[in-house]
Amino acid sequence: MKFAFYPGCVARGAGPELFDSAVAVMDRLGIEWVELTGAACTGAGVLQEKDQKLGDILNIRTLAMAEELGLPVLTICSTCQGVMGQADRRVRRDADYLAEVNGYLAEEGLSYSGNTTVKHLLWVLVEDIGVETLKKTFVKELSGVNLAPFYGCYIVRPSDALGFDENPERQTSLETVIEAVGGNVIDFPGKTACCGFPILLINQRNSLRMVANHTGTASELGADAMVTPCPLCHLNLDGYQPKARRQNNRGKADLPIIHLPQLLGLAMGIDTKTLGLGKHLVNTRDIVRKVDSISVAS
Amino acid sequence: MQSKIKVSRYDPETMGAGQQRWDEFDLDVHPSATVLDALIQIREEVDGTLALRCACRASICGSCGMRVNGDAKLVCKTRIADVVQEGETVVVEPMGNHPVIKDLVVTLDTFFDKVRQVDPYLQPDTVPEQGEYVASDESMVNLLTAMNCIMCGACVSDCTVLEVDEAFIGPAALAKAWRFVEDPRDDQREERLEELNNVEGGIWDCTRCFKCVEVCPKDVAPMDRIMEMRDMAIEAGNRNTPGYRHTESFNNSVKKHGRLDEARLAVESAGYTNVPRLIDLAEIGVKSVLKGKMPPIMPHKADDSEKITRIFDRVESERNS
Repeated sequence: MKFAFYPGCVARGAGPELFDSAVAVMDRLGIEWVELTGAACTGAGVLQEKDQKLGDILNIRTLAMAEELGLPVLTICSTCQGVMGQADRRVRRDADYLAEVNGYLAEEGLSYSGNTTVKHLLWVLVEDIGVETLKKTFVKELSGVNLAPFYGCYIVRPSDALGFDENPERQTSLETVIEAVGGNVIDFPGKTACCGFPILLINQRNSLRMVANHTGTASELGADAMVTPCPLCHLNLDGYQPKARRQNNRGKADLPIIHLPQLLGLAMGIDTKTLGLGKHLVNTRDIVRKVDSISVAS
Repeated sequence: MQSKIKVSRYDPETMGAGQQRWDEFDLDVHPSATVLDALIQIREEVDGTLALRCACRASICGSCGMRVNGDAKLVCKTRIADVVQEGETVVVEPMGNHPVIKDLVVTLDTFFDKVRQVDPYLQPDTVPEQGEYVASDESMVNLLTAMNCIMCGACVSDCTVLEVDEAFIGPAALAKAWRFVEDPRDDQREERLEELNNVEGGIWDCTRCFKCVEVCPKDVAPMDRIMEMRDMAIEAGNRNTPGYRHTESFNNSVKKHGRLDEARLAVESAGYTNVPRLIDLAEIGVKSVLKGKMPPIMPHKADDSEKITRIFDRVESERNS
């Protein structure tokens, strides 16, 4: 199983622990990868505000690079998944538009013909690897560990850019993975809502109210940690949780936010340093201790 | 077909504001029954006190907006078999972000207050000498998306910003505002954009979560309309907002490096003269450095990033010509 790896800006910037943990986990899963080091940022919806066509050109360029390698794109970012998927949907629906976009790529000798896909690691786990094979890579069963899922908007909406009709299992994939590691799913209505990150730098008060609501509710429901496949959500829910909960009287910032690959890594018995669990702003000590106290299956 | 329906109940005469009770009903319904069919069946055959609102039953009047299994929908357009597998329970609640009058009926007063806030009527400067205001078909066809709005309130119900901030004008009213900004007969385009740019709860407060796009039963895509107005407002010269600085900084970073420079984005969005915000950012920055996760001082670049810059240059020059 080989992919053209698109880690996204955050994994290569402010969230290095995501990149490191993803690489360690992909190694255990037997996923081969080659990083698309020449690919551009997806625009995250922000570039698209200004010029949707420009955003589409950059994303179709990335897909064309993967197509040239004969590989599907693998991402570890909900936002990248959504934004690339939306661009892909637009050009697949409109041959004239695809030709127009390809016109901008011709100078580099690139052209996209729709012969690749973009897939988040979360979907690869449930679709390509499968829960039973996935479980064989685990050395620990995280029984008694309460985990709240948090998807990130762009991996749940708009649904017609996410292949939910053909792959309905994607809609519950995060709960499936939490159950696969042996954890308890802490279900709460905010799991598919917005974390507030897109307006963090525009309307911080509203953004932090969202952080406080989601983390506060999950904590009150007994979550030991929140798991997210979106590094942008992570930046907000982790980095701004102390300020958000203080400002909104939602208790102390006690909910560690764990990247999806970090959760897998804990179940695989990968050491916490490799997983970068010391790099979070909300301390992960309690959840790490809880996992450490679980003995490795013989 | 056997169907389980769980309905949120609220009686203002016996319950305090915000309280809620759940009633469950087992019904025998037609295999193609809608959620509305089931609710009417409950009211007619089981519990005549159930309050709900509906009229056309053909998804055109916009009266029957409710939440079904967590998402706002027109219940006349929603078949039970499409939302649950046989044996699973359909959960019906009143719409969110609207005050509840009784059971499944909400008031749309706050909804229309916000629609009124955007002056939802034509404001031409001149009166035609005779006859009506004439607009070509071509100049109006673009407006059909927003003109499809039936004011059902579904987008407002599930808006993630309204959930935390009542001042947000919201998706329906902003889509309505767009409809007049784009109308070729209106002469207040610049004033409308300036107001929507500056007002509390205006175009920059949308968080781009796609909820309104997903739940709208008429494909109005309010979020897309809001994003278009952000660009229009900037093009019209409104450059005084963190939202503008955020978009510009993001654009410049990707243009120059092919990637996003998070540290610079944060500082430039705040604005170099916004001292309290910069101190706040510095605090997070220092904490991040101590944890070993601060982005590199020199921004990470895509390989051959000049190729990306060339694409930006070409698109920008075409846009400006």
